[in-house]
Amino acid sequence: MFGYYLDLALRSLRRNKMLTALMVVAIALGIGASMTTLTVLHVLSGDPLPGKSATLFYPQLDPRDSDGYVPGKMPMEQVTWIDGMNLLKSKRGDRQALMSGGDVPIQPDQSGMDPFFADARFTSADFFPMFNAPFLYGRPWSEAEDNSKARVVVIGRELNAKLYGDKDSTGQVLRMQDTAFRIVGVLDDWRPNPHFYDLNMGNYSDSEQVFVPLSTSRDLRFEHNGSMNCWGKGGSDDDHLETSTCVWLQFWVQLNSPAKAAAYEEYLTHYSQEQKALGRFQRPPNVRLPSLMQWMDINKVVPGDVRLQAFLAFGFLLVCLVNTVGLMLAKFMRRSAELGVRRALGASRRALFAQLLVESGVIGLSGGLGGLLLALLGLWLVRHQPSDYAQLAHLDASMLLITFLLAVGATLLAGLLPAWRACQITPALQLKSN
Amino acid sequence: MLKMTHLSKVYRTEVVETYALRDFNIDVKEGEFVAVTGPSGSGKTTFLTIAGLLETFTGGEYHLDGVEVSHLNDNARSKIRNEKIGFIFQAFNLIPDLNVFDNVEVPLRYRGMKAAERKKRIMESLERVGLASRAKHYPAELSGGQQQRVAIARALAGSPRLLLADEPTGNLDTQMARSVMELLEEIHREGATIVMVTHDPELAARAQRNVHVIDGQVVDLAEDPRFHAHVAQVADATHGR
Repeated sequence: MFGYYLDLALRSLRRNKMLTALMVVAIALGIGASMTTLTVLHVLSGDPLPGKSATLFYPQLDPRDSDGYVPGKMPMEQVTWIDGMNLLKSKRGDRQALMSGGDVPIQPDQSGMDPFFADARFTSADFFPMFNAPFLYGRPWSEAEDNSKARVVVIGRELNAKLYGDKDSTGQVLRMQDTAFRIVGVLDDWRPNPHFYDLNMGNYSDSEQVFVPLSTSRDLRFEHNGSMNCWGKGGSDDDHLETSTCVWLQFWVQLNSPAKAAAYEEYLTHYSQEQKALGRFQRPPNVRLPSLMQWMDINKVVPGDVRLQAFLAFGFLLVCLVNTVGLMLAKFMRRSAELGVRRALGASRRALFAQLLVESGVIGLSGGLGGLLLALLGLWLVRHQPSDYAQLAHLDASMLLITFLLAVGATLLAGLLPAWRACQITPALQLKSN
Repeated sequence: MLKMTHLSKVYRTEVVETYALRDFNIDVKEGEFVAVTGPSGSGKTTFLTIAGLLETFTGGEYHLDGVEVSHLNDNARSKIRNEKIGFIFQAFNLIPDLNVFDNVEVPLRYRGMKAAERKKRIMESLERVGLASRAKHYPAELSGGQQQRVAIARALAGSPRLLLADEPTGNLDTQMARSVMELLEEIHREGATIVMVTHDPELAARAQRNVHVIDGQVVDLAEDPRFHAHVAQVADATHGR
């Protein structure tokens, strides 16, 4: 019967083109606006490491002095060199990485290529396996290379293409800040969104193209980027960062079970108590261990206006649906004579209800198609906005599916009342009044 | 075939109860051609819609083809309507968007019949009413008489056991009315049970049996004063008094 209902739906929609067009346009506008904003929200609030993020945590300590202490206040967002190295060396997690952003001057050997600066990440060996960074060629550096401040580098695919034409460059020498580095690995295209491991560099910034051991970067006094918070007499002098009372490093830990996470949080408390006993920390232990997604929430990675836009768009969709309900009600009730005849000829209420819902579904599908085109247009407009996430606004397969499900689902919902009302018609009355 | 016993139909509002049918009794045997006559508002059409399971009744019993129908749900009533009853309406009630073929197909669709069987039945029905050549025409392209013939073809396509006709010639001129009536008589001769509601005495006279309804009740003409009053009323109207 579905084919029959579909045929009847198409005939019915063709019969009154203007009413049909109004309903389809109403649905398309609502779906277009909702899907544009929902796609942006989806892209911005997505899990940057699906399947892994639940095991990644961002330990927070409060190493500040007692000035301005307010109990319960959020600990520091980054760690000092001393705390970072202590946590890194303690190896209490399944994996751990300490890091900072930076810029490095690259001096290409290639003739005709001028030196240029590249975004860099100074980190430790576990960074790559911990964050599922994909290798196109080679491997990460080792912990031993971390410890020995080795002159090794992992570069991104984009830089590799620029310098070596996309060929395997492992083993080649890359000169940075007058120092020769051996390329040990080349990352494949990798851009986790948001740029979760260092939100100081922009929530949706590109991934770095140069990765150097943190120990090496300090040894060579590479310039680091990002925010730095100091207190007490601590200075931010680059030569004394290792001993300063400044937080400027990000520390991430991988804990593969909730039990390990609980134990690690306890360890952080003990560590704080220990540091307080040593006189480094002055405040009572104040530790946090947010997971990756919690860290995104704490930092309000998704811009507030994006959420507001999504709410407004869904409100608009609701208005469009209410209009569609009215139009469908008018359309279905106008066909009460036909529905009465069908009842007389043997159609049950259920059969008529199904017939009218199929018609609603066809309107929804058409509206979904129109909505998809409008959403694509909307996303194209978003991509031309001057925000760091603009380029990410693309409709993926899941959002495409959601577009049609939302359109058909919403229209079926909108069609329920008109279809039900139309099925309640007493056929006898209709046949008499005819 | 169709038996109603002490059947009543009451329309209730907050302040008033109106009896459309009251203690209504009728027994139509298989193969009969019965004309139901009576003045406007007497309950003829209400009887027909209840007989066709298009409306429920308030009290009494109704057996259709041996089945007591008062407790049937909508699905079961729809199934009986589809399989056992054919309707012919005064206003034809063809669906304007569907061509003749598709109009006749409607009851067969709800029966879940296969396409080949549907096509065979539709063409047979249309041939019977002499409109096989108009299968692709739309109702608006046909005369009133032709539309009523299509409606009869639609009623016949499902081979119903009972044909219910509500003023089948009411919207037709004399010549077309005669032709439609002849078609109904032919269908009856082939064995169909027909119950026809009409207030046209000439048409009623062509049925095997007449049942007269006044004030929602079947009456015995010889004894009921309301019938004589009705006859006088009709006579007055006829003579312009």
